[in-house]
Amino acid sequence: MKILVTIKRVEDYESKIKVKPDNSWIVTDGVNYRANPFDEIAVEEALRLRDTNMPSEVVVVSVGPAAAAAEIRSGLAMGADRGILVKHDAFVDSDGVARVLKAVIDQEKPDLVLMGKQAVDVDDNVAGQLLAEYLGWGQATFASKKESLESPEEKAKKPGIHLTGDGRSPKGAAPVMSALVAREVDGGLEVLEVQLPAIVTVDLRLNVPRYASLPNIMKAKKKPIAEMTPQQLGVDVAPKVKVVKVEPPPQRTAGVKVPDVQTLVQKLHSEAKVI
Amino acid sequence: MATILVVGEQAHGHLKKATLSALTAAQQIAQKTGGQVIGVLVGVGAGEAAKELAGYGIPVHVVEGAAFDHALAETHSAAAAEVAKKAGAGEVVIAATAYGKDIAPRIAAKLGAGLASDVLAIAGANQFKRAMWAGNAIATVEVTTPVKVVTVRATEFAAPQKAQGAGTVTPAQVAAPQPKTRFVEFNEVKSARPELTEARVVVSGGRGTKGDFKPIEQLADVLNAAVGASRAVVDAGWQPNDLQVGQTGKVVAPQLYVAAGISGAIQHLAGMKGSKTIVAINKDAEAPIFQVADYGLVADLFKALPEMAEAVKKLQ
Ligand SMILES: Cc1cc2nc3c(=O)[nH]c(=O)nc-3n(C[C@H](O)[C@H](O)[C@H](O)COP(=O)(O)OP(=O)(O)OC[C@H]3O[C@@H](n4cnc5c(N)ncnc54)[C@H](O)[C@@H]3O)c2cc1C
Ligand SMILES: Nc1ncnc2c1ncn2[C@@H]1O[C@H](COP(=O)(O)O)[C@@H](O)[C@H]1O
Repeated sequence: MKILVTIKRVEDYESKIKVKPDNSWIVTDGVNYRANPFDEIAVEEALRLRDTNMPSEVVVVSVGPAAAAAEIRSGLAMGADRGILVKHDAFVDSDGVARVLKAVIDQEKPDLVLMGKQAVDVDDNVAGQLLAEYLGWGQATFASKKESLESPEEKAKKPGIHLTGDGRSPKGAAPVMSALVAREVDGGLEVLEVQLPAIVTVDLRLNVPRYASLPNIMKAKKKPIAEMTPQQLGVDVAPKVKVVKVEPPPQRTAGVKVPDVQTLVQKLHSEAKVI
Repeated sequence: MATILVVGEQAHGHLKKATLSALTAAQQIAQKTGGQVIGVLVGVGAGEAAKELAGYGIPVHVVEGAAFDHALAETHSAAAAEVAKKAGAGEVVIAATAYGKDIAPRIAAKLGAGLASDVLAIAGANQFKRAMWAGNAIATVEVTTPVKVVTVRATEFAAPQKAQGAGTVTPAQVAAPQPKTRFVEFNEVKSARPELTEARVVVSGGRGTKGDFKPIEQLADVLNAAVGASRAVVDAGWQPNDLQVGQTGKVVAPQLYVAAGISGAIQHLAGMKGSKTIVAINKDAEAPIFQVADYGLVADLFKALPEMAEAVKKLQ
């Protein structure tokens, strides 16, 4: 069983994000970078599946500048087996990412692809679904644990995605395997069974990702990262969606502090007229 | 003068309000392109919901049948894309709900279209405004492909007026693909309260509640409000996941948003700072939530919320 996990290098959400004066992008000087938090959850899930299922391999893939090797290393330090970096310095839109990933998947032929539901820089929430359609695969978006993150299941580091079937081929046919995925949708939790190979995008409540231990960080330095370019994969990454301008958001100004509940309710009634 | 297709959302024959926001966005695009707006609804109950959508004066196509019973991304995106192709749609517009986010990219891929997601405003015939970096920046994006798919943030587009004459409702025949996914079950979170994204008033609780939502619910009861939560609360399993407000949860913009025991992290603000009036109740006077609040009260929520509920009752 081979599991492919995607990791995007994004601005750290702890860093202050400011728009450039020329409105071309955000200021990147002094900003820290890290792996997209959703992708760490995807790596964690892949590792749990690997360690509870048949012999498997976890491959982490990133599309980005040379510096994105650091985020691949962070996935390897968590425990992934090897990495692939598709190097491209300029902005690649989520559609370009999906088409690059398709080319990688055509070569790697994983059984399961785990991705974040959303990259917290562009906040798109589209790459996994695009990729599923380009591959003609099934998808289960917004994967969650059925139980809470405080549950005994999570404390025992159990995967939230359940694989069914034994992966063996009935009389030489292709192996029949599927994944049971609980999805966070509007109004509740939906459970889907998706035939493998499939795309699963993960939500926040799937697991709590591990921290890399020091020995594992050391070990990760020796794990292989293959490098390639979109050109070598035959993918044109000219964006279908171009960012033409970036502006600061409208600012809300702080209002007043009220001394007590009576004043608050009075003001909401006669000033704001909302109650 | 291409057609603009609104892909609607419905459950049990009831049109989701967010669809009307998508319709407004489609009408705004129509003003820029001169195109004609049409709609499509897919799944069990689509015919019923289509009548409601057609009441806004647009022709609506209906795709029903056993193959489309469950809202599987594969089948529903195939139906919408086929209707878009037959109608020669230049734009496909969908509300950025869980359903819309699930199917829109597959529709875009089928149509070779560029996709602008979670759009806040129509800036031009092919330009759209959208939030990035947890709302720390607003980008104008340009979709360069002839066909465009747009998902819209419902809170940014008010529902349109009903039209004088209703549009037609016609069944569309589309081939049902064999999906690789199977619906197993839906564990619905039942609530008698208004829906979070549609409510006039939202009362949200954070980690400061320590999991005790009684004061939140009491106030919500007297205000006929929806209940919301911060990520800390849903991660702890204190409240259902779909109550999370924020960058990676729901975006709300009610008339009144009350945040109690919520610190005001940027990811939370991304989901509520469009609210008309914001009230913050927090015992820490330095909490960042006060920077966006119209009215701030430094207090213990376990004291302040019951008092507030009483005071509101007296007003009524
Ligand atoms: C990738 C990513 C995505 C995220 N997405 C979201 C999102 O969509 N939505 C979201 O909300 N968060 C999100 N977060 C989490 C966010 O960064 C914060 O951690 C979270 O919002 C904090 O929740 P909180 O305000 O309830 O808890 P805390 O930050 O712990 O604040 C609790 C507050 O309660 C106050 N308090 C304590 N006791 C009382 C009392 N008795 N009375 C009154 N006040 C009291 C405290 O003073 C404090 O200000 C995300 C984080 C990441 C990394
Ligand atoms: N440049 C990238 N490299 C690797 N994975 C990516 C990249 N961009 C997006 N992804 C993956 O796609 C998911 C959804 O991203 P998006 O649709 O762009 O918000 C992310 O959580 C990543 O797992």
